[in-house]
Amino acid sequence: MKPKPFDYVRAETLDEALDALARHGADARILAGGQSQVAMLNFRLIETEVLIDITRIEALDYIRIENGALEIGAATRQSDLKDWPGLAEKVPMLHAALPFIGHVQTRNRGTVCGSIAHSDPSSELPLCLAVLEGEVVLRSKRAERTLKAADFQLEMLTTARAPDEMITAVRFPLGDASAGHAFDEMNRRRGDFAIVSLAAVARQDSVRLGVGGVAGTPKVRNWSELRTGDIDEALNAFAWELGGHDDIHGTARYRRELVRRLGRQVIEEARSCRR
Amino acid sequence: MPQIGRNERVRVSLTLDGKKVSGLAEPRMLLSDFLRQQLSAGAVHVGCEHGVCGACTIRVDGRAVRSCLMFAVQAQGCDIETAAGLAGEDGELDALQKAFRKNHALQCGYCTPGILMSVTSFLDSNPDAGEDELKDMLGGHLCRCTGYVGIMRAVLEYAAARRA
Ligand code: FES
Ligand code: FES
Repeated sequence: MKPKPFDYVRAETLDEALDALARHGADARILAGGQSQVAMLNFRLIETEVLIDITRIEALDYIRIENGALEIGAATRQSDLKDWPGLAEKVPMLHAALPFIGHVQTRNRGTVCGSIAHSDPSSELPLCLAVLEGEVVLRSKRAERTLKAADFQLEMLTTARAPDEMITAVRFPLGDASAGHAFDEMNRRRGDFAIVSLAAVARQDSVRLGVGGVAGTPKVRNWSELRTGDIDEALNAFAWELGGHDDIHGTARYRRELVRRLGRQVIEEARSCRR
Repeated sequence: MPQIGRNERVRVSLTLDGKKVSGLAEPRMLLSDFLRQQLSAGAVHVGCEHGVCGACTIRVDGRAVRSCLMFAVQAQGCDIETAAGLAGEDGELDALQKAFRKNHALQCGYCTPGILMSVTSFLDSNPDAGEDELKDMLGGHLCRCTGYVGIMRAVLEYAAARRA
């Protein structure tokens, strides 16, 4: 299938992209890696008057450490982050999650920020952003603002981004060396959309668990003290709160069961890598 | 900043399997369609057109990507490689193609050119990849005929030969 006709703008600098956004606002969409968006355009699930391509803005293609966070620019590909040498040490959760994102052929073009902008409830990167309490940097011609993950992710495929804003970067706090991290997900075939995905951070007695694919956005639960004997009950309560939905890939009940079972596994794995 | 109206057709120039070529495209034209229709690149196969099957996989500036998830206008100036560039001028198959032939790694061949491009790209950046990593890479492709066993055999044989 082919997309509906649209005007194409290739921004060569951030200012050009922001100018175009200011002019076209809600009639425009930003094109980064396009690994979800172009498929949706092809299917005509979405349409746009103007497509603003930011993939050639070199100033947005970076990975750097700043103020205790790993900052990733809007044109940076998922493959580049996955292959970034310091990742396992600096943000172990991302190191664990990246191999689950699509396939190597889609990571080669898909961007980190694009996945967060798309905000699919079953995507890995929005879940990592939520569980690590990362931030999203939004720019428009008017201003720049930074939103916490929880304030950015509103509901399924819906974020707090204003029509004239674009994500210029996302920030993941650096992992503290004593914490343990684990990520896992269930799907029919590796690289497919996750039916349920889970990310856990364990410190001394506490656990922070994020769940994707069940509610409309990634949901996070903190237990300041979670004894091994209480894990099942805690997960059961969390699973019921999440609710879930039936679709072709699984029932709500199956999803809750995955939260219980995989939840226990990721918590135990995260705890085993505490230092 | 280049801007192209929806009804405008612009000239897109790129390198296709080592040759400089160009053709006309309007903004919404997919790179896969452009390569096939404007540049007669028959080694680009189109299956699903939404990034799932991998039949349209090509190398863009060295990296294996889905050509159905890019627009032709985005490929301006890019270095594009397809499976048609693997064999020699005289038509002699390259080592990967020979391994596919020897191991019966294809039946209808629809998925094959995409897989070949993924394999070469992946091994260029991961020359020591083991069986698990190669399986993971192959997970980005659907083959409706072979059951993948022959494909894996061919890929492993080729990967080992490259290392030797
Ligand atoms: S045609 Fe591009 S992935 Fe199927
Ligand atoms: S050989 Fe027919 S689809 Fe793979």
